[in-house]
Amino acid sequence: MIAVERLSKSFKVAKRRTGLWQAAKALFVREHTLVRALSDISFTIRPGEIVGYIGPNGAGKSTTIKIMSGILVPDEGRCDVFGFTPWKDRVEYVRNIGVVFGQRTQLWWDVPVIDSFELLKDIYRIPKTEYKANVDMLVDTLQLESIVHTPVRQLSLGQRMRCEIAASLLHGPRLLFLDEPTIGLDAVSKIAVRKFVKTINKEKGVTVILTTHDMNDIEALADRILLIGGGSLLYDGTLQSLRSRFGTRRTITIDYRETADRLDLPGVEVASWTPERAVLHVDTERATVSETIALLSSRVELKDVAVEAQPIEEIIVQLYKEHRI
Amino acid sequence: MILYFKYLRMLFKAQMQYRASFLLLSIGQCVAPLTVFAGLYILFQRFGQIQGWSFYEVALTFGVIHMAFSISECFARGFDSFSVLVGGGDFDRLLVRPRGTVVQVMGSRFEFTRIGRLAQGTIVLVWAIAGLDIVWTAPKLATLALMVTSGVFIFTGIFILAATLCFWTIQGLEVANIFTDGGREMAQYPLNIYEKWATRFFTFVIPFGCVNYYPLLYVLDRTNSGPDIAYMLAPLAGIAFIIPCLLVWRFGVRHYRSTGS
Amino acid sequence: MRTYRSVFKLRLLLGMQYRAAALAGVATQFFWGFMLIMIYRAFYLHASGQPPMSLEELASYIWLQQAFLALVALWFRDNELFTLITTGNIAYELCRPADLYGFWYAKLLGMRLSAAILRCIPILLVAAFLPAPYRIQLPPDASAFVLFAAALLLGLLLVVAISMFLYISVFVTMSPTGSMIVFGLIGEFLAGLTIPVPYMPSWLQQIVYALPFRWTADFPFRVYSGNIPHDEALIGLAVQVVWLLSLTLLGRWLLGRTMRKVVVQGG
Repeated sequence: MIAVERLSKSFKVAKRRTGLWQAAKALFVREHTLVRALSDISFTIRPGEIVGYIGPNGAGKSTTIKIMSGILVPDEGRCDVFGFTPWKDRVEYVRNIGVVFGQRTQLWWDVPVIDSFELLKDIYRIPKTEYKANVDMLVDTLQLESIVHTPVRQLSLGQRMRCEIAASLLHGPRLLFLDEPTIGLDAVSKIAVRKFVKTINKEKGVTVILTTHDMNDIEALADRILLIGGGSLLYDGTLQSLRSRFGTRRTITIDYRETADRLDLPGVEVASWTPERAVLHVDTERATVSETIALLSSRVELKDVAVEAQPIEEIIVQLYKEHRI
Repeated sequence: MILYFKYLRMLFKAQMQYRASFLLLSIGQCVAPLTVFAGLYILFQRFGQIQGWSFYEVALTFGVIHMAFSISECFARGFDSFSVLVGGGDFDRLLVRPRGTVVQVMGSRFEFTRIGRLAQGTIVLVWAIAGLDIVWTAPKLATLALMVTSGVFIFTGIFILAATLCFWTIQGLEVANIFTDGGREMAQYPLNIYEKWATRFFTFVIPFGCVNYYPLLYVLDRTNSGPDIAYMLAPLAGIAFIIPCLLVWRFGVRHYRSTGS
Repeated sequence: MRTYRSVFKLRLLLGMQYRAAALAGVATQFFWGFMLIMIYRAFYLHASGQPPMSLEELASYIWLQQAFLALVALWFRDNELFTLITTGNIAYELCRPADLYGFWYAKLLGMRLSAAILRCIPILLVAAFLPAPYRIQLPPDASAFVLFAAALLLGLLLVVAISMFLYISVFVTMSPTGSMIVFGLIGEFLAGLTIPVPYMPSWLQQIVYALPFRWTADFPFRVYSGNIPHDEALIGLAVQVVWLLSLTLLGRWLLGRTMRKVVVQGG
């Protein structure tokens, strides 16, 4: 059970000045601006959920993650994770969490991956049998057998990320923080990572908090979305409800036998048109897709039809716009 | 702690991957104090003595200090290069692990190449012992060991203090070098050759005097007042120096955790 | 020629921006100078016989050494250049080997000069107002100062020429730190930067005088304090020029050869 209540955090940021005189002054007196990174953030997460934590850069995502992982101490508010206050009982609390930072590595660079695992076993004081079971399971599910004896610096990004995720789960944490886990990965690796996260969540009940800009990650994994912007929580709900609120548009791409018909239909916006192909946006609150296709087939000789939902990115952008961030 | 040695093993494996450069660097580490010692030797040839201390007596302090420094540099390298750790945001990674920060920072770097300097210091020390005209009793040898240990703790303490500075600013770190490298060069000579204020600073603020002066007097049979045991145990004050340094470190970590970076 | 001037100017201006580092460096230099003079003073207290330099001359020597360390020290880090060589990105800098020498030379010159300018004035100012015998002395007459300035300038050109050999050696060994440390340290010792040359035993002095290193530090600093008289100084300037020309030509040739080998091997 994770409960976050009225979390607030401000930072003093030194004002940087240009010019020789200002630089000299800066040696003696530092002017600061107060940046409110978090204002009154509250939410609860049930065990076993996968939560997508999204928001534009600088919105306060990493600040929240740092507080929840015990690194940062907030100015105000409470946070309860599994009965711990993360920043107060850091050493004990941290045993229960795993962290994957997408851009930084927690493995030792020049030695084989398995050596890093062994050292982590000692750092986390994992009992031998538990360690063996976990390593075997992780190596198997993430398909690491061929790379686990290779030094990290020789691995590709996709391979490294799989090892990172394995490393973060060696001690069997109940909560996993994933910060940009698929950044820079090729398509195959991304799918592998997503599949793994879903598996570990289902089978072991690991709660996952996912921070990412890749909306496909969100779509594939997150049951729930927390949107943060400008330090405040702007949306807390499921992806479904988000779609039904904003995602009412469907895009139909049709190929047809040459015609001059401009395809003017109710509830339909013509995005592009050529005598043989058109892309149409249908506002499903005004007209259903099946009605529109029926109308179209009565007007032109359809050769091919493709229907797409609104890409989630656009929905998010609309959400940002609504909150003016 | 056992964990620390596991860290060392890992780092050793990592550094052994680059064998050639390891060897070269170790040699380099040996040559540096060697040139300083050569200078020392030459000056003694010309001057005969420095304020009442003979060559072998100064060579003794030289050996002790360089051994202490090199050992400390080996262990505390993580603190010495802490600016890199903090600057790269990797300190957060340490905070997410269920262990204390000090042991993790110490385990993050270990320069095995400093063995070069250690070898040089040991050779000088042995040479000095051979050249000195005194009777070596067990208590004296114990005092000598204490001197080296005390020096290790003092230098490590300075490294920790310098690293704590990184929580506030990355610039001006070079000033810390005044106390590490500078302290080393100063402590090579028995403390009393310096001006009074310098001697006082290095006795009470950074207690090098507990390494290279008071116990030295005992070892060289130059004690004048007070019981011998006091001189012998003076290095303990040097060892205690690390306690305030660790407290400052904890304060620094707390500051980092409340301000972010 | 114009490219050399512009890269020199660029590096100079860039270096001058590192004010905070310079300030920290000044503090360090100051401490070292003070400590060294204290040590020598302790030596002098019970000295038997006449030392080769008076304590005042020695103080001047040491302060000049600290103030102009960037101009005379052989061991000077240009990590940028090192990484360039070791990672093989040198391919980007390849025009013709002859130009490469001049290019690097100008760059190194600018670097050293910018580091020195920022530090020498504060150090010298403070050193001028210290109590005796720690104070830096004024040169005995104006001509000594002029000769000193000339000697220092030639010494700077010379030390850059010597340091070029260091960079060339990195090409061969592909490991910056190993060769640099040993060569740099020994070079500095032979330049009189560990202890002034007059204190060395006569056999060592003969070796030192035969090598080019002393002309970078030992020579200019002693001209300043008058320890080296004027007529000797003038001859010395000529010797500096001879060393400078021969080392530059040798370095140029060596670099050319090494570059050709590198290009041929494709690495």
